[in-house]
Amino acid sequence: MSEALINKYFRPGRLPHIWCPGCGNGIITGAIVKAIDKQGLAKDDVAIISGIGCSSRASGYLDFNTANTLHGRALPIASGLKMGNPKLHVIVVTGDGDASAIGGNHLIHAARRNIDLTVVMYNNSIYGMTGGQYSPMTPHGAKATTAPYGNVERAFDIPELVKASGATFVGRGTTFHTLQLIDLIAQGIAHKGFSFIEVVSACPISFGRQNKMGGPAKMLEWQRDHGVMKAAWDKMTAEQRAGKFPIGVLYEDNNTQEYTEAYDELIKRAQGGK
Amino acid sequence: MSLKLYSNRCKGCGICVNFCPKKVLEVTELEKCAVIKGKEKDCIKCGQCELRCPDYAIFVEK
Repeated sequence: MSEALINKYFRPGRLPHIWCPGCGNGIITGAIVKAIDKQGLAKDDVAIISGIGCSSRASGYLDFNTANTLHGRALPIASGLKMGNPKLHVIVVTGDGDASAIGGNHLIHAARRNIDLTVVMYNNSIYGMTGGQYSPMTPHGAKATTAPYGNVERAFDIPELVKASGATFVGRGTTFHTLQLIDLIAQGIAHKGFSFIEVVSACPISFGRQNKMGGPAKMLEWQRDHGVMKAAWDKMTAEQRAGKFPIGVLYEDNNTQEYTEAYDELIKRAQGGK
Repeated sequence: MSLKLYSNRCKGCGICVNFCPKKVLEVTELEKCAVIKGKEKDCIKCGQCELRCPDYAIFVEK
């Protein structure tokens, strides 16, 4: 994260941020800024909309059009914003609990509409801000304050869920593979349609400590050792895939019409145009 | 010196220390990242610390 980018796109007076030592949120937020810079977007043409949670604090540190909204409801607000001003690049910053639990319904329906939003889901596998309760993204068997014997539930395969719902760009990155993550987010911003990027992140305090992950650097190494590039993943057997996860662009469809475009056409037709 | 540190932002997580290939950095008693005395010239400006720092507290000056 170069210092010039911090001064350009952050509100430097708000730093240091509130995230815990070793939290991946800072890395992801930095990657979003670099992706925006890579796409060469003007600050006024970008809107960052977030919900509630650790990750959603990111909007407060960034110097774009920003709104920190209601828990799980970042997507409806972002959808409204995009409908009102389709020229805006709307980026939704959300967490695993925010997107997949309380905002789960909004997520599948925004994906179904294929509205041109870029959703970056910070997946730290836990509800960090409220003290480490399990979320729908907590792995099966992992410990949480509400699952002291290990989580009996299974986690969502969230890229598959979003793809099945109708999203046209789905990717997964990690906070270890930072350069790839920047590219993924940049591709998501460039994609016309609903883009979803899951970012496997580390919560060393609320998740790592309970699960004896060994601290921030060790958690990054865990991501390095368990994230497999999509091309290599496709060649692996079921045994080789056990415990690992694919990263990269997982799905892309450039042939489905985007929602605000379809809506504009409808308005023109209803008004008697062609 | 090629490294610029913002100690007020640093939380001493140790990520930069772990990923520094030349082992130039340490976390001090005050839980802040610092360059180990005598190793100032060992830095090869690879940028791993800047790339991975979650707190925007360390920059490589080229």
